[in-house]
Amino acid sequence: MSKTSRTSITMPATAKKDSIIEIRAIAQHDMESGFRYTEGGKQIPRDIIRTFTCTYNNVEVFKADFYSGIGANPLIIFTTTAVESGTLEFKWVGDGGYEAVNQARITVS
Amino acid sequence: MNLALSLFLGGIFLTLGSSLAHGAPAKQQSSYELMSAENKAMQDDPLLNPAMFWVGDGESLWQQQLGPKNKSCSSCHGDGKKSMRGVATQFPKVIKGKLQTLEGQINQCRVGAQGTSPLAYESKDLLALTAFVAFQSKGMPISISETPANSPFLKKGRQTFNERMGQLNLSCAQCHEDRAGLKLGGSLIPQGHPNAYPIYRLEWQTLGSVQRRLRNCMSGVRAQQFEYGSPEMAQLELFLMWRARGLPLESPGVRP
Repeated sequence: MSKTSRTSITMPATAKKDSIIEIRAIAQHDMESGFRYTEGGKQIPRDIIRTFTCTYNNVEVFKADFYSGIGANPLIIFTTTAVESGTLEFKWVGDGGYEAVNQARITVS
Repeated sequence: MNLALSLFLGGIFLTLGSSLAHGAPAKQQSSYELMSAENKAMQDDPLLNPAMFWVGDGESLWQQQLGPKNKSCSSCHGDGKKSMRGVATQFPKVIKGKLQTLEGQINQCRVGAQGTSPLAYESKDLLALTAFVAFQSKGMPISISETPANSPFLKKGRQTFNERMGQLNLSCAQCHEDRAGLKLGGSLIPQGHPNAYPIYRLEWQTLGSVQRRLRNCMSGVRAQQFEYGSPEMAQLELFLMWRARGLPLESPGVRP
């Protein structure tokens, strides 16, 4: 797996104050479990995303730990409360120095 | 009375005979129709469809300059979003006497025009380029028709489709024509139309070509699998695309 990869975020661009918003975050990643072997019998080393975090104006609002059982190109759907206008930052960190970052803006009225 | 009856029966057999000979089921159905609502949503929403990552990669590769002449795909074909529109609906296609699949033609361009090495089948880059090209025909009907040029290949493809193979001694047609809509184990047997390739198959956890899928079935009936990029594969692919003519392309599709 390369050091970074494509990611995609789906969330509303605007929301009413204190309403609940749904966020979908998907990352391109093989999620190689470490339990597979090549045809030659050699173990394929584990290469997975370890953590996913979402910060909302630098306040952590969601965090997930990933393990070997999670499939390739993981999609995470979660909710948060729209408290103020600003930026949400999404970060995936994994084995082999993998790191991917994405951002989305929201206007709260 | 007898004459009328035999004429009537004759008529039935003629109809049956012709539908078998043409190899196109009475009503074509994309296996999309057999999927759960969740899987359909995954294919339809470009922000949820994992295959769109490959389309994005393919778009970048389209601009990548390669070989001694520093040529990219766009050097010849310009903006792929315009020039590749509808192209995937016409493949496999006879080009200079050779039957080329979409993957085969991409490699032909790499070797011929760009002067570099061909990409391996099922490699990320070849799947990405194929997905990018096929995506430009999304929603357009498959437009393969029988021509003097492709007719011998089509004939061979049809023969393979109807030929029993492997230890289980089954032909493609026995499942995907005669028993389409019935069940194999717990799952419905689809008609087997290649109208969404390359597909993101959840079972594979990755994108895969139609040839990978065909090899799946061949291993399922315990037959010797056709090689990737072989003429036999191209002929079978041509017959399947011709059989699915008119169905809109869904590329890149999602399948369970």
